[in-house]
Amino acid sequence: MQVPAPFEYERATSVDQAIGLLERLGSSARLVAGGHSLLPMMKLRLANFEYLIDINPLHAELGYIRVQADEVRIGAMTRHRELLESDELAAAFPIFRDAERVIADPVVRNRGTLGGSLCQADPSEDLSAVCTTLDASCVIRGPGGAERVVSMEEFHVGPYETAVGDGEMLVEVHLPVRSNGGSAYEKVERRAGDWAVASAGAAVWLAPDGTFADARVGLAAVGPNTTGIPEISQALRGSTPSEELYERAGAIAASSCDPATDQRGSEDYKRHLADELTRRTLRKAVERARS
Amino acid sequence: MTTVHERTETFDDNDQKPVGYGRMLRKEDPRLIRGRGRFTDDVQLPGMLHLAILRSPFAHARVVSVDTSAAEAAPGVKAVVTGETLKGLGLAWMPTLSNDVQAVLATDKVRFQGQEVAFVVAEDRYAARDALELIDVEYDVLDPVIDVRQALAPDAPLIRDDLEGKTNNHCFDWETGDAEATEAVFARADVVVKQDIVYPRVHPAPMETCGAVADFDAVEGKLKLWSTTQAPHAHRTLYAIVAGLPEHKIQVIAPDIGGGFGNKVPIYPGYVCAIVGSIVTGKPVKWMEDRSENLISTGFARDYIMRGEIAATRDGKILAIRTNVLADHGAFNGTAAPVKYPAGFFGVFTGSYDIEAAYCNMTAVYTNKAPGGVAYACSFRITEAVYLVERIVDCLAAELDMDPAELRLKNFIQPDQFPYETKTGWVYDSGDYEPTMRQAMDIAGYAALRAEQAEKRARGELMGIGISFFTEAVGAGPRKNMDILGLGMADGCELRVHPTGKAVVRLSVKTQGQGHETTFAQIIAEEIGIPPADIEVVHGDTDQTPFGLGTYGSRSTPVSGAAAALVARKVRDKAQLIASAMLEVTVADLEWVKGSFQVKGDPGKAVTIQQIAMRAHGAGDLPDGVEGGLEAQICYNPSNLTYPHGAYICVVDIDPGTAQVKVRRFIAVDDCGTRINPMIIEGQVHGGLTDGVGMALMEMISFDEDGNCLGASLMDYLIPTSLEVPDWETGYTVTPSPHHPIGAKGVGESATVGSPPAIVNAVVDALKPYGVRHADMPLTPSRVWDAMRGRATPPI
Ligand SMILES: Cc1cc2nc3c(=O)[nH]c(=O)nc-3n(C[C@H](O)[C@H](O)[C@H](O)COP(=O)(O)OP(=O)(O)OC[C@H]3O[C@@H](n4cnc5c(N)ncnc54)[C@H](O)[C@@H]3O)c2cc1C
Repeated sequence: MQVPAPFEYERATSVDQAIGLLERLGSSARLVAGGHSLLPMMKLRLANFEYLIDINPLHAELGYIRVQADEVRIGAMTRHRELLESDELAAAFPIFRDAERVIADPVVRNRGTLGGSLCQADPSEDLSAVCTTLDASCVIRGPGGAERVVSMEEFHVGPYETAVGDGEMLVEVHLPVRSNGGSAYEKVERRAGDWAVASAGAAVWLAPDGTFADARVGLAAVGPNTTGIPEISQALRGSTPSEELYERAGAIAASSCDPATDQRGSEDYKRHLADELTRRTLRKAVERARS
Repeated sequence: MTTVHERTETFDDNDQKPVGYGRMLRKEDPRLIRGRGRFTDDVQLPGMLHLAILRSPFAHARVVSVDTSAAEAAPGVKAVVTGETLKGLGLAWMPTLSNDVQAVLATDKVRFQGQEVAFVVAEDRYAARDALELIDVEYDVLDPVIDVRQALAPDAPLIRDDLEGKTNNHCFDWETGDAEATEAVFARADVVVKQDIVYPRVHPAPMETCGAVADFDAVEGKLKLWSTTQAPHAHRTLYAIVAGLPEHKIQVIAPDIGGGFGNKVPIYPGYVCAIVGSIVTGKPVKWMEDRSENLISTGFARDYIMRGEIAATRDGKILAIRTNVLADHGAFNGTAAPVKYPAGFFGVFTGSYDIEAAYCNMTAVYTNKAPGGVAYACSFRITEAVYLVERIVDCLAAELDMDPAELRLKNFIQPDQFPYETKTGWVYDSGDYEPTMRQAMDIAGYAALRAEQAEKRARGELMGIGISFFTEAVGAGPRKNMDILGLGMADGCELRVHPTGKAVVRLSVKTQGQGHETTFAQIIAEEIGIPPADIEVVHGDTDQTPFGLGTYGSRSTPVSGAAAALVARKVRDKAQLIASAMLEVTVADLEWVKGSFQVKGDPGKAVTIQQIAMRAHGAGDLPDGVEGGLEAQICYNPSNLTYPHGAYICVVDIDPGTAQVKVRRFIAVDDCGTRINPMIIEGQVHGGLTDGVGMALMEMISFDEDGNCLGASLMDYLIPTSLEVPDWETGYTVTPSPHHPIGAKGVGESATVGSPPAIVNAVVDALKPYGVRHADMPLTPSRVWDAMRGRATPPI
């Protein structure tokens, strides 16, 4: 049994009380949501914190998926399993269900949360790639109930680093809804439940003439953070979907990502996957947008 | 999930016969399934303390100083022990199972990352673990030897300077076969194929990690040790030698064990630390390692770098096989194998083929990696041998452009050649290979699969069909040439029938999940006609059971199974004497009808084994010279090993875009001789096949250049899940062992041995359009993609 170093533990009673505690305790404290990223690190003693503030009691308050006409709002404490099972979410953004099917295993999905996934800022985090693909914005609440909204690009400052400051917490994620959209996610893993060797998400919106009104691609595990690739959006916008276009997008993905060789695979292979999976997800996203 | 292709047997098979062999639910499962098993970590004793071990962060470093003062002062800490403390007790080093020595706690140097440096005993496991952080060790970091190919370079750092006169990292040399005769055959062969093949380092990764509870009673001078051991008796003798405690004052208890796979054969420093901890504190002490400790410090497996060569005629007659092996044994040679077999049973690398000559030479070296070379579901290195021969035979098939099934069929040892002595001196007891192979091909629909493959290839799809055919050598072994540290590999067994006709059998071997409590009850039942439910199997406690060498190398049924059958026959012989008195006829007039003796030609006159048991213990005279009671004892020394075989066929599909391998089908036809409980056999096969998928596709313990272990958690060291395996399709043939009392051959490791080459052969077959002839395990998507690009590289 791996055991973490000693720490103090407190259960949050409200969002503002949790923020108050964070403010008071400073960097020696951490929120624990699902705990599936934080606790393994603490058990391996890669991370030690003096205080853990358990925000699971806030699930009632921060665990929700609200699908509205112009945007989808998801609370930070929404669990993987809820994201996987929501038909409404799957109808708006099928990319979520695609991704959730290949994130970890049921045990992890029962506890792990959207907020924890984004705040962990692991370059391999699938939900970060999904949110990047969907052009999400993140609502961060600070002391006194003050809220600020940042884009995914701003949210992820670097590997394992976010824009969430001391005394702040992520409370909600906004996903803009546009018409005639389709999305998809694909991941290559060495084994079911493993982190991605590389993965890609694509979201497309088609104009009435069938051309791309907009398209976005997000990649995981091939750079310091999950990456959105504006060049692909530029290359696709206004053109008619075709295999050649997907190929071009794949080539852009391969050349603009920045993977490193590790046990999961070589840099070359990951670049190849960025290409291959970009093509596959674009193809599928377009099919879905059309149907 | 599982398709069972054995249509004839169902669970009530065993009900149709009075008692004995057949499909039967496992006697141990009600306990294990309900969470009522009792494992080492479940042992709780009054006043028990907890032990945690400080391990080296470096692969190679001099230990300059160890300051334990802060740890000793920490709350709840009862003792802190270092290598220096142990040195004072003469316990700093201990013998390994291969006549090497291993540090219990480092005194001079640390030689692998994860090596034991000090331990803390405290009131609870948290306090013990926290206090480790307070031990201040000063290391002088040395260059490590990580690349096994550089271990013997003249400028390589010397690892084992503790060994007198040692000037390099050489561990041992070993050879077998006839070099000259082999060279002569190679010189005249039409075709010679050479291939470098790596079997990477893997880990047994049992679900339960290793651990122990030591309870030393200073007044009685008695040590009671619960531990995760596959070989309680051998361990007891070794503790007597290591710790200097008299053997009759040591009781080793192996309670329920959550998987062994060879990982629990060696004695680890942690066990010795627990004993020392109990002696020092006068309290029971528990040590349970965590997952990372298990992965980085306990017995790994494989790590053979092999060059295979095969010589054949143009029309596909295999003439000779030759191999050169570089073996990585880590920092200490902890191989668990019979002493005269430093390379285990690797000598069976000639496989199932009738050839003219063979030769192997091997060099084993020390590196700054975890010690071992331990058996891991490998039948003493047969896994490596079978992988080598089955891979190289496939390379030959590719070279000759011959179907790999046809090539194998053409070269099999023929039934009338058994007992067959191989060119490396192994005497295969029995075998009839072609029917096994044909059955596997039938289940697979081999011809149809090849047709499907041809169609798919034309469309650019990647489908592969891989075959392996293996012969194993298990059941070590004849004591004239097999021992571990001087302990002969024979097994004892005792059987007592109680007055009411219920029985207790005491075994030296210990199950780790294989179902001994069922199988052995069935063996006894078949011989003396007492139902398995009425037979208690006692095992895993050295005070309760006769001596024997333990469970590994698929030896339980071949050795202890034979002992059980013979002891039951001894009891039956005595029962017959008593029956003759009861029925007032001569012994020769009696006939055994399972469960009772009856007078020949007069079935009405009979006595059951239960009636005989009561008579044996009851009132009234027994025949002259017959003592009361109904019991016997035996020690079985096998006259030879047993040689199970099998034919495996694997079908894979590879995504050409991502290089991901999907095992679509796997057909396993096993021949383990007489089958006792087919359900348990299938369980062994299913588990072994799953293991094979892990090794072939994802498992490997690798190191960075500083010697950091990169497989220190199950997030980094992948083992397969149900999603990576297909529905297993199993079949069987039965070729009994002629020298085993019930003809059983053992099956525990067959599938682990036989499956990796079938999977790799299938992947290589799928990649044929890319001109791939070989690719090393683990065949992760990235490595397969490299192979498709013509740049397959060895994993180390
Ligand atoms: C075996 C295993 C396999 C996995 N496989 C995958 C996989 O394939 N793909 C994948 O994407 N993920 C995977 N994960 C990670 C999993 O998705 C985690 O659930 C997720 O990364 C973190 O969510 P959590 O709620 O558990 O966060 P926690 O572990 O509780 O927290 C993570 C970090 O976020 C902070 N935090 C949490 N919530 C907030 C908030 N509201 N505001 C500010 N900070 C916050 C915490 O303080 C902590 O620093 C795996 C995990 C495990 C254990």
